[in-house]
Amino acid sequence: MTFLAQLITSFIASTGFGVIFNAPKPSLLKGGFVGMCGWLIYFFMEKSGIDAVIATVTASFFIAVMSQVFAKVYRTPVIIFSVAGIIPLVPGGLAYDAMRNFVQNDYNTAINLAAKAFMISGSIAVGLVFSEVINQIIRNATMIRQEKK
Amino acid sequence: MEKQLTYTYDVIQVCLLAGKVMLQNGGETYRVEDTMRRIAQAYGAANSNSYVTPTGIFFSVEGPEPSKTQLIRIIERTTDLHKVTKVNSISRKISAGELTIQEAYLELERLDNQSERYTFPTQLVAAAIASGCFLIMFQGSWDDFFPAVLAGGGGFFSVTWFNRLVPIKFFSEFLASFVIGLLAVLFVYTGLGTELDKIIIGSVMPLVPGLLITNAVRDLMAGHLISGLSKGAEAFLTAFAIGAGIAVVVSFL
Repeated sequence: MTFLAQLITSFIASTGFGVIFNAPKPSLLKGGFVGMCGWLIYFFMEKSGIDAVIATVTASFFIAVMSQVFAKVYRTPVIIFSVAGIIPLVPGGLAYDAMRNFVQNDYNTAINLAAKAFMISGSIAVGLVFSEVINQIIRNATMIRQEKK
Repeated sequence: MEKQLTYTYDVIQVCLLAGKVMLQNGGETYRVEDTMRRIAQAYGAANSNSYVTPTGIFFSVEGPEPSKTQLIRIIERTTDLHKVTKVNSISRKISAGELTIQEAYLELERLDNQSERYTFPTQLVAAAIASGCFLIMFQGSWDDFFPAVLAGGGGFFSVTWFNRLVPIKFFSEFLASFVIGLLAVLFVYTGLGTELDKIIIGSVMPLVPGLLITNAVRDLMAGHLISGLSKGAEAFLTAFAIGAGIAVVVSFL
């Protein structure tokens, strides 16, 4: 039941973001699909007790790879697919908790939470960068191979 | 000589217009530079240089005659991925030699002026439903679904409305998250909602600067340090505005 609810809501949420960002109609559902896969990876890794940072890196890596594949296949900019998928991973909840603790003068907890939120945003970036690097290595490798021919 | 001169200026004009449309609507910096270089190349200007920042583009074409440089200022930035895709396909067509300079310029100008957006009500509904879905994704209970939908919709409506009233982006984001906080508190007090935190987090999500964050990272990695840093600063300010708006409400609890 949780699985089904997460599956459907993450798909709808990512598609909704496509509409907010005015993504072209044919790519809306694909963007939703990318977002759904990314969120499910994150959700189940976190559920099974893996650290949120590692779960975020993995999920954002997969989102970026899938977006790059889709972008190659459909000949559109990568950003259309990746952006909607990344948003659920943004540590809004942690940032909110941190802010709330700051306001209530509980600075110790607040700094803890803020550091964690910062780590998670950093790991989104790391995931994106990994996939970018791999993409460029593959592109260079194929270019070298073509030159040899 | 005279003809060659105007021709080079025409090429620069087309490149700058393409770059401007892309940058204004959320394209990454490296994509903007790449697109402009390709267009210039397709029109015979093999040697071109560009310097792209989020607030302006310099573009110069070097050739046998004295090199020419032009500058375009970017004042307004929104997110419209439809236009980014369209410019991308126009530049592909130019590279394939299917468009003359005049045709390309007209097509880009038409794209710049038209707004083939989803209607505002559609976007409002999308933002509202997405807020509700985020609530469920963040382990909220289904009882809070409708409060989150209403608060998220209210937040998205107010960010658009305030932006029309006061064209300072951070201020309208601050006010919108303030409205979200108020609505969420209202729902919890009247008994419509149960978990205040979850409702607020879910409804704030449509305001989160996700596109800016991803673009900032990609720009930094591609070596566009200035664009990356300034987009990162914009994302940070947006996040701070949202947090401050919520904090004002929470501190009165």
